[in-house]
Amino acid sequence: MHELSIAQSLLDIIKEEMAKNNVTKLLKVKIKYGQLSAIVPEALQTAFKVLTADTPLEHAKIIAEEVPLRARCRKCKKEFTPDPDEFVIIYCPYCKAEFGHEIISGKELIIEEIEAE
Amino acid sequence: MQIQVVRNILEANERIAQELKDKFLAQKVLVLNLMSSPGAGKTTLLERTLIDLKDDLKMAVIEGDVQTNNDALRVAATGVQAVQINTDGGCHLDSSMVLEAIDKIDLEHVELLFIENVGNLVCPAEFTVGEDYKITILSVTEGDDKPEKYPLIFAESKVMLLNKIDLLPYVDFNLQRASNFAKSLNPEIEIFPVSAKTGEGLDDWYQWLKKEVEKKVRG
Repeated sequence: MHELSIAQSLLDIIKEEMAKNNVTKLLKVKIKYGQLSAIVPEALQTAFKVLTADTPLEHAKIIAEEVPLRARCRKCKKEFTPDPDEFVIIYCPYCKAEFGHEIISGKELIIEEIEAE
Repeated sequence: MQIQVVRNILEANERIAQELKDKFLAQKVLVLNLMSSPGAGKTTLLERTLIDLKDDLKMAVIEGDVQTNNDALRVAATGVQAVQINTDGGCHLDSSMVLEAIDKIDLEHVELLFIENVGNLVCPAEFTVGEDYKITILSVTEGDDKPEKYPLIFAESKVMLLNKIDLLPYVDFNLQRASNFAKSLNPEIEIFPVSAKTGEGLDDWYQWLKKEVEKKVRG
């Protein structure tokens, strides 16, 4: 559901960047989203379509790349990617510590690049 | 042509949130963003907190709901100033809504502002509204697997209030399990098991509130 607000924010940035570069037709948008951000790429694409209907932006394809969760163990300080099937009781694969992992990546929501003409 | 952008998609929300943060810092107001599923007891817990702490702290509330001003009326009945935001279908509050709402609050005379978000464990976690801390309320009737299913909101929260503990004898809810899940990605999360109905456990929550207000307002 929050994809609609995210699509609106995305659209504001895209319009600004397109104006800056004097282009009018949008072809592609590349974004990165963290595994924890609960974004559904299909919902984002649909929301974007709704917001851009009947404009030169409406046929743009959103390419969404998921950034996996990376954590750093507070105990042994080593970095690791938790097994996605064992999502929250996360054991550090090195020292087996159960709690206190710091999230290094997996929360981001970034527009990387657009392709337009 | 390809245009390199590399910008945070939610930058506009975060810019306004920062503006709010600066304002709250200048006015010395502690701001808490209360989040939970619908029906976890956010408003009941808030009402009870407002009544019990009315003589100790100067408080105000921003109520976020999809529709109706029922909750703002409930809060206003406690004598604390309350402003309603209706999102008209929106699943979360964002910083521009809060910016508009705070114009209707006399911040001069407020030490603690509660922002009650729309009931939802997913979307509110993404949108900061200028708060000092996020507080997530989980009721024991929802199941102890919620921190596992909605990791972001629990990873971002300073406090988890486990509400409705008076119902523990009737439900399969393992406090330890819920706490462990929450701590896995957020070791410093403070956990207060409470019952807004019987008052059990509320003293620890109130002590925490007073300590944090002291830090922000008088420190």
